[in-house]
Amino acid sequence: MSGSVSAALVVRVAALALAATLLEIVAVSQISVFGVSADLTPLMVMSIGLLIGSVGGAVTGFSVGLFLDLALVQTLGVNSLIFTLVGYGAGRLRELRDPQGAIVPVAAGAAATAIATIGYSLVQFLLGVDAPVSLLLFREIVTTVVINTVIALPVFAVARRWLQPVMPDDPRRRRRRAYTTGGLSPLSRA
Amino acid sequence: MYDKTVRRRRAVLGLLVACSLILLTAYFGESAGSPLHSVQRGFLEVVSPIQDGASRALKPVRDLFGWFGDTMDAKDERDELREQLEEARAEAIANAAAAREVQELQKLLGLDRALGLDEMSPVSARVITRSPTLWYSQVTINKGSSDGLAVDQPAINGDGLVGTVTSVSGSSAIVTLITDHTSGVSAKVAETGVEGIVQPAVGKPDDLLLEFIRRGDRIEKGQKVITAGSRSSRYESLFPPGIPVGQVTKVDDTELDVYQRVHVRPFAQLRRLDVVQVLTAPHGGAT
Repeated sequence: MSGSVSAALVVRVAALALAATLLEIVAVSQISVFGVSADLTPLMVMSIGLLIGSVGGAVTGFSVGLFLDLALVQTLGVNSLIFTLVGYGAGRLRELRDPQGAIVPVAAGAAATAIATIGYSLVQFLLGVDAPVSLLLFREIVTTVVINTVIALPVFAVARRWLQPVMPDDPRRRRRRAYTTGGLSPLSRA
Repeated sequence: MYDKTVRRRRAVLGLLVACSLILLTAYFGESAGSPLHSVQRGFLEVVSPIQDGASRALKPVRDLFGWFGDTMDAKDERDELREQLEEARAEAIANAAAAREVQELQKLLGLDRALGLDEMSPVSARVITRSPTLWYSQVTINKGSSDGLAVDQPAINGDGLVGTVTSVSGSSAIVTLITDHTSGVSAKVAETGVEGIVQPAVGKPDDLLLEFIRRGDRIEKGQKVITAGSRSSRYESLFPPGIPVGQVTKVDDTELDVYQRVHVRPFAQLRRLDVVQVLTAPHGGAT
């Protein structure tokens, strides 16, 4: 997270992550589309990482993953490890590239979902789950990624709308300010 | 300043990854009664009322999306049902004795099992959450040890066998579905009495495998699979006999294998569970 972290931002991020996780486990996971369910959690972790940076993204990812592992009585540490990496990766994307295009949350959402689902499967294999790498499993992973890609933009929009009032330096606002106040545009420097 | 930021960022990442790995290692090596498992049960105890409330509040939303999904699937389902209807008609015409056989089969499958259920002290429960991953086929229900639930009790719904209770807290419990990779159900084909073990084809929620069926045993598509209720020292069945499990959809019979691989589609729609019944006295009180 760049800059100082306000208490309001922490509260809003926690509320958003908690709401998304609860929504996922009590509602979204029970809605089947083409035989699979959308997974809001990697999208929300990605969105928060993309908005507040790598440290905030990683902490949010760890917390969301731990909540999922505890609430669903799964092996502790699996989801927290994967979502930590997802949140950190999204945050680093923001810090290194500061991407502005509307396609960014979509692409990042697809990548986050792919990392979460494939990473989860890999960890399960490493933990010794006796399962065949079936074509159907691969198809379900791909379908989940596609569905999450479709809903990535609205999820990101909700996260941005909720966090924007307390964010110290939203990239879009910063860039707009830079170009409209003069002197900082690349064109004017050239 | 920059170095400090980088160091802090890397330290946080390293700390969180290390915490995750420590948790994973400690949890994986622990028994079910260990501290981390207790913490998990305590957490479940705390959040399950919240999950229950949220689940009730969001039920209309689920139903709405479910309605859209049902509409999208309706055409395929209609065609499938038409085919099934044609097959059923052909069967009914071909064999007049089928009606009597069906009646016996219905008794065998436990469709008229109200009396049997009463003896097994069923407890109805609502599904409040389910695992969103492909790997963990589990649901959380809103009844727990205070309602008489205990680990290893079977769970059913109106269609057939659903799974077993694998973790219980005071007001909620985890039901591991028969599609979970840890599941194994002693079962038999209703028509022939051939017995095997129903295990999941992991990653395929609509496909179970009836394993250990010799190549000589004749299994045909459409036959019903029910719980065997057997009690052996190695595979002690937790389930009472006669609970419907599923229907044979395909039989893989290769000459190289000792056993046939029988694919079974579960009767219970495990992705759309809303209400389940836990049989708290599955063997008529003699648990």
